[in-house]
Amino acid sequence: MDAARPYLAAFSSRFLLMLQYRAAAIAGFATQCWWGGIKVMIYAAFFAAAPAAAAASPMTLAQVITYTWLAQALLALTPWNADPEVALAVRTGAVAYDRLRPVDTYSLWYVRGGAWMASRALPRAALMLLGAGLVLPLIGLSDWAWKPPPSFAAAAAFAISLPLALALATAFLMIVNIIVAATLTDRGINVLFNSLIIVFSGNLLPLALYPDWAQTALLIQPFAGMMDIPLRLYVGQLQGSEALLGLGLQVFWTVALILLGRVAMARVMRRLDVQGG
Amino acid sequence: MPQILVEDLAKTYRVAERDPGLLGAVKGLVHRRHRTVEALRNVSFSLEAGELLGFIGPNGAGKSTTIKILSGILRPDSGTVLVNGRVPFTDRIAHVSRIGVVFGQRTQLWWDLPVIEGFDLLADIYRVDSARYRANRDELVDLLRLAPVLDQPVRQLSLGQRMRAEIAAALLHEPDILFLDEPTIGLDAPSKLAVREVVARLNRERGVTVLLTTHDMHDIEALAQRVIVIGHGQVLADSPFETLRANVLAERRLIVDFAHEAPDVTLPGVEIRSRRGQTLELAFDPARTPTPTVIAAIAAAHEVVDIHVGEPAIEEVIARFYALHGAGEA
Repeated sequence: MDAARPYLAAFSSRFLLMLQYRAAAIAGFATQCWWGGIKVMIYAAFFAAAPAAAAASPMTLAQVITYTWLAQALLALTPWNADPEVALAVRTGAVAYDRLRPVDTYSLWYVRGGAWMASRALPRAALMLLGAGLVLPLIGLSDWAWKPPPSFAAAAAFAISLPLALALATAFLMIVNIIVAATLTDRGINVLFNSLIIVFSGNLLPLALYPDWAQTALLIQPFAGMMDIPLRLYVGQLQGSEALLGLGLQVFWTVALILLGRVAMARVMRRLDVQGG
Repeated sequence: MPQILVEDLAKTYRVAERDPGLLGAVKGLVHRRHRTVEALRNVSFSLEAGELLGFIGPNGAGKSTTIKILSGILRPDSGTVLVNGRVPFTDRIAHVSRIGVVFGQRTQLWWDLPVIEGFDLLADIYRVDSARYRANRDELVDLLRLAPVLDQPVRQLSLGQRMRAEIAAALLHEPDILFLDEPTIGLDAPSKLAVREVVARLNRERGVTVLLTTHDMHDIEALAQRVIVIGHGQVLADSPFETLRANVLAERRLIVDFAHEAPDVTLPGVEIRSRRGQTLELAFDPARTPTPTVIAAIAAAHEVVDIHVGEPAIEEVIARFYALHGAGEA
């Protein structure tokens, strides 16, 4: 318990602080509603325009719609940008203080980054669930709504997969943070990874809807575990052994990225220069 | 064995350079030029437990680099550093749990957190026993007069309040050694006095070893038993403060107001430092030219309104010391 104390404290402190940014949460929710609405309508148009292709689709329109709302709700769980706190600390040299704490610097940044993403996702997801899951059916638009998982097994798989998605996304966030620490700026890296993540996490288009020949590659790449895998588990599109494979891939990539991040961090910290004053 | 042992410490930085202007910027895209800056070269000193050492030197002399190496943030290029028998960089976690560090130019408290929550978080990070933490925190809050600002976010504190909070933050885990890098920079007089008082008290009452860098010579005068002067990455002087003062303060000043335009005073061993209307400032070594002799000679030859005897400002002395050793700002 005492060993975990610094990390638990750092997590809860950041989490509680970030939860207080209400305006940002509401603004984020509004944007994600807008995009979610547009995407849902586009999918509906596609499914209606090509009934033959729709019948052969690996996902039904209802699944795609639920997937889309969930993807919008959990957008903040994808590591779009470096942790702004780390970027600022690197810029100002306050990173020196992180090295003065009697804790593992990688773990400290990891829990703080995880808290940052979780605290941003939580209010947005709650609002989205309220809006797309409750309000839409109530006003008679249940065809367009976020639906509950089809089975208990799907719900359970999602409940396991979601924390894994956070762990994996945080492990990737750490890679971004370490690149920022090495290059001293977060601008280039943020732009570079944004487009990569939006496509390969399934946020732009559910990965199952890409051509068949690309399916294996799309499933085993690391970004699938940050959003696509938990969402496919939720809508019941991955079941049985496929569900286990999805969870296994999440675990594999989390462990692999943490190991990679630790090696990279040790190298960066060895040649760290804190200049001036 | 001393608590802090530093031998032949050397550290260089690589600094990127480019020619000025558009052409320079374009050239920089193709070919990066780097220059190596020697921040430290063979710095050696040692410190016993309970000492209070002042570390002075011009900007860029290597003071902060030394502190960063001693606190385990930077790895030296060569040389030996042992603090409490540990090598700071390689044994970082064990090392940093026993030291407290304040960088006057950076903040270690969380900008958006109230001061008290920042303290609580640090106590968790250092795994301080909660009863000890509360007792120690209350004492520090009292000593540094922090009670009125405990619930304010750090970003709303004045510089003086923030620095006092920073010092408390560095002491919550009761370190044996305190490194203070310009803790009084930019502070008003009451805040400076509070900082000095708490540092002196910790050193006296708890036996905390203190290593302090500053540009404010009054900090040194008020606190340090021993002073190291560093310039161009080298130790220029290492002596008790009184010795340093006697060596470089061996000068007396005489400010004389004359009844008429200030005359040219030519006395052996006496120099004119400045001339302002009817006032002259003279400098001499009292060991070789006794003060009464100078006064008598001037009073006999000129009509004098007032005479004031003084010593050069300590800043002036230190500046001359730097100049003497060619240790101007690097």
